Amino acid sequence: MKSSRLLFSIIALTVPIVLHLASGVATAQNANTFNRLMKPPEERNPPPMKDGIHDPDNSGTRILQPPREAFEPMPKANSGNRIDWVKALEENKINPRYDRLDPAKEPIIMDLNIVREVKGSMPDVVYPHKQHTEWLDCSNCHPAIFIPQKGANQISMASILLGEKCGVCHGKVAFPVSDCRKCHAKTKTDTAAK
Amino acid sequence: MADTTIKKLAIGGLWGLLAGLLLMATGIEPAKAEYGDVVMNNYSDEAGMRPVIFPHWFHRVRFRCKVCHADLGFKFKAGGNEINMLKIIDGEYCGACHNGDIAWSVENCDLCHSAKPGTPTQVHESTLQQLVAPVAGAGGAGGNNNK
Ligand code: HEC
Ligand code: HEC
Ligand code: HEC
Repeated sequence: MKSSRLLFSIIALTVPIVLHLASGVATAQNANTFNRLMKPPEERNPPPMKDGIHDPDNSGTRILQPPREAFEPMPKANSGNRIDWVKALEENKINPRYDRLDPAKEPIIMDLNIVREVKGSMPDVVYPHKQHTEWLDCSNCHPAIFIPQKGANQISMASILLGEKCGVCHGKVAFPVSDCRKCHAKTKTDTAAK
Repeated sequence: MADTTIKKLAIGGLWGLLAGLLLMATGIEPAKAEYGDVVMNNYSDEAGMRPVIFPHWFHRVRFRCKVCHADLGFKFKAGGNEINMLKIIDGEYCGACHNGDIAWSVENCDLCHSAKPGTPTQVHESTLQQLVAPVAGAGGAGGNNNK
């Protein structure tokens, strides 16, 4: 009788200590964790129950799909959803509809590169219409965001970072501006656009 | 004497267990949801509903941007479309698909209304949220400047 109580109290005492230690690791109480400011890789693409904006007390939350499950077969990237969406489409890993109802409807693709010269050391920018018209309609950008006329648009990194011009989508849904080389793709000595 | 000590210990252990569980449950973590998740909270909090989370990543696997942003008229602005339930059940915005024909219907309130109460309207993980200095009220940017 007494020994069983003792056993119980030992278990009751150790469980919270273990839990406490575990939660200590989870909330990074150690001052010298490897990544202090950056989110470590294992915390990327968390399931809805653990992502910090979904309410784990909401019964629907547990039914939602964990992103990693969907992303598993897709080509990886180092920013955004950590998925290269353009490549995923090119490699037929996904087949998003171009029409709400008709799965067979094909997009109208425009294959035209616009090269914008850049001051300083950064390579010139190549804007590919092709990859954009795979996803979007001309009316999404023209004329509200970009005037469809050469030389008519002032674009700066500052305006992009503030969510204007390219920054309407890049930095919100499309790959973020930290992927500099995706746009600054043409070295100054190159003659042909990549 | 020994018996009461054990009793005290056992009770103390139980309290410790409770405290440990509580600590785990309330451990406040910065939000780290998926890039491009949009929280909509123009009316939800006021109406006593959880705010709505729209996952871009999930929808762009199934539809190109053009379907929503050209054909259905969603403006490129989180919270900027003034969506409400009447518009949805009349077949506009989310209701163009969440109608029991293309996708599950509106009775599944808690699949859309799934955010923690009080979460402000935002595009999650947007560049502005990613700056290492946390943006006030941005719903827990949680210092994160990739690379
Ligand atoms: C397909 C997604 C979806 C579903 C399902 C859904 N809602 Fe909504 N609901 C929204 C969106 C989007 C808003 C606008 C959110 C905002 O800005 O606050 C909204 C707003 C609301 C509002 C506040 C505005 C208004 O119209 O009065 C209420 C109340 C509400 N929903 C109740 C419900 C209830 C109850 C159900 C289930 C019967 C439900 N919703 C199901 C997407 C959904
Ligand atoms: C299934 C419909 C749907 C699809 C497909 C979709 N979006 Fe959206 N998008 C939305 C909704 C809903 C919002 C939020 C509108 C609101 O809150 O009123 C939004 C908001 C946005 C915003 C505004 C963010 C801000 O700055 O506030 C951008 C940018 C955006 N989408 C880009 C895209 C891009 C790029 C694609 C294609 C890769 C895409 N969307 C595909 C529905 C969609
Ligand atoms: C162009 C069509 C379309 C529009 C517009 C649309 N959805 Fe969806 N949505 C879908 C489809 C298709 C699914 C998958 C349905 C299924 O699993 O059967 C889905 C699934 C979802 C899911 C569940 C994701 C998961 O993890 O399973 C949520 C949440 C959601 N939609 C929210 C919204 C909200 C909020 C809006 C409006 C702001 C919206 N959707 C507008 C087509 C759409």
